[in-house]
Amino acid sequence: MLSINMTVNGQAVSGEVEERTLLVQFLREQLRLTGTHIGCDTSQCGACVVQVDGNSVKSCTMLAAQADGCEVTTIEGLASNGELHPMQQAFKDNHGLQCGFCTPGMVMSAIDIVKRNGSVVDEATVRKELEGNICRCTGYHNIVKAVQAGAKGMGG
Amino acid sequence: MYNFSYQKAASVDEAVAAMQAAEDGKFVAGGQTMLPTMKHRLASPSDVIDLGGIADLAGIAVDGDTVTIGAMTTHAAVAASAEVGETIPALAALAGNIGDPAVRNRGTLGGSIANNDPAADYPAALIGLGATVKTNRREIAAEDFFTGMFETALAEDELITAVSFPKPEVAAYMKFDNPASRYAIVGVFVAKTGAGIRIGVTGATTCAHRGKRLEQALGGELNAAAIDGVDLPVDKMNADMHASAEYRAHLVKVMTKRAIEACAA
Ligand SMILES: Cc1cc2nc3c(=O)[nH]c(=O)nc-3n(C[C@H](O)[C@H](O)[C@H](O)COP(=O)(O)OP(=O)(O)OC[C@H]3O[C@@H](n4cnc5c(N)ncnc54)[C@H](O)[C@@H]3O)c2cc1C
Ligand code: FES
Ligand code: FES
Repeated sequence: MLSINMTVNGQAVSGEVEERTLLVQFLREQLRLTGTHIGCDTSQCGACVVQVDGNSVKSCTMLAAQADGCEVTTIEGLASNGELHPMQQAFKDNHGLQCGFCTPGMVMSAIDIVKRNGSVVDEATVRKELEGNICRCTGYHNIVKAVQAGAKGMGG
Repeated sequence: MYNFSYQKAASVDEAVAAMQAAEDGKFVAGGQTMLPTMKHRLASPSDVIDLGGIADLAGIAVDGDTVTIGAMTTHAAVAASAEVGETIPALAALAGNIGDPAVRNRGTLGGSIANNDPAADYPAALIGLGATVKTNRREIAAEDFFTGMFETALAEDELITAVSFPKPEVAAYMKFDNPASRYAIVGVFVAKTGAGIRIGVTGATTCAHRGKRLEQALGGELNAAAIDGVDLPVDKMNADMHASAEYRAHLVKVMTKRAIEACAA
């Protein structure tokens, strides 16, 4: 067993984990932050994307031990004072989800897209940047619209 | 995934010592290949030695006409690097098209070449550019480094520290990617240097290699039409659900021509 410490959504947390514990398991099973989903075992679907030290990563493909000492943001950390983050709001407004399973990963990846590309992102860029996030429901069309709208919203 | 002992090494020496002491140890870099492999129980090391804490393994330095990239430098860092973008733009572009953004934020140069997946992108660039792999004990020319399918010249306890790439006059990489994983079904890296034209091919066969037939056909000129008459050995090509051997042989020529055209543009 290992003792680990990290900051999750602004709060210091610590835990005892087995060496093989994945970051996503630590978040879901120990911290009960079940907004981060697991959709595959091949590191391809992106349902598990969170931010570690400001960069999007697949939390199913990182050991909890590798995130020791890091700052982690999950989907639960986005809303503040009961108000949705502009990207969450954009997914809601643009019908960017159906079953919602892929949505937490989509939103976390979308925020990373805006960080790297700014608040005006063309459709082709959004589609390319979402290559690591799979949705089995929507056909992506409204997700792309939502990301573009959310990007504008984040730009202020 | 079976359990293992975990250790975060603080230095190269510590990592190598931990590997020597382990029964069946494995280094972990970005984990983007290792962890999926362990989840599927295709690997079950007794010890996992994390290189993530060794600060001097990450970073990019340009010295004259040589770009040296630390083994732990992520694909995202190479893609975003102004230095790499200026000296070898084809290398920055290659890194920016590996997998997806989250994979690029974790996956590293050292991990990619140590793994030597037959469909990985970096091996084509190392071979095409005539790069040198630096380890804790020696320097290995790229052509001698990649020895077979998932096989390299590395010893069990040998650690890649960096790769140095000589700046070419011009270079380009073209890949026909697998739409699900973005790995190369075929990828071709063409580089023109003072010493002539070198071509690195990945995805086509069991291991990335130099496209000597293609280089000969070019005779030192970046002339795409010269590729048309080249006969490639179909029996050496990979065949799988994504592409037959004949199709891969065809793609090697098409990607080579596109890379030559991109060099000339
Ligand atoms: C969804 C997905 C899509 C991908 N798409 C592509 C793609 O399009 N093109 C592509 O090329 N790759 C692709 N990859 C692979 C990706 O580039 C990996 O990052 C890379 O292959 C391994 O790098 P890593 O740092 O994650 O290494 P790890 O997974 O940590 O390690 C891989 C192997 O290298 C060894 N190793 C690591 N560092 C060193 C070192 N410094 N010295 C000695 N041995 C070392 C490890 O022991 C292990 O055996 C993809 C991966 C995923 C999950
Ligand atoms: S659960 Fe992480 S990529 Fe699918
Ligand atoms: S909304 Fe159902 S998987 Fe994307």
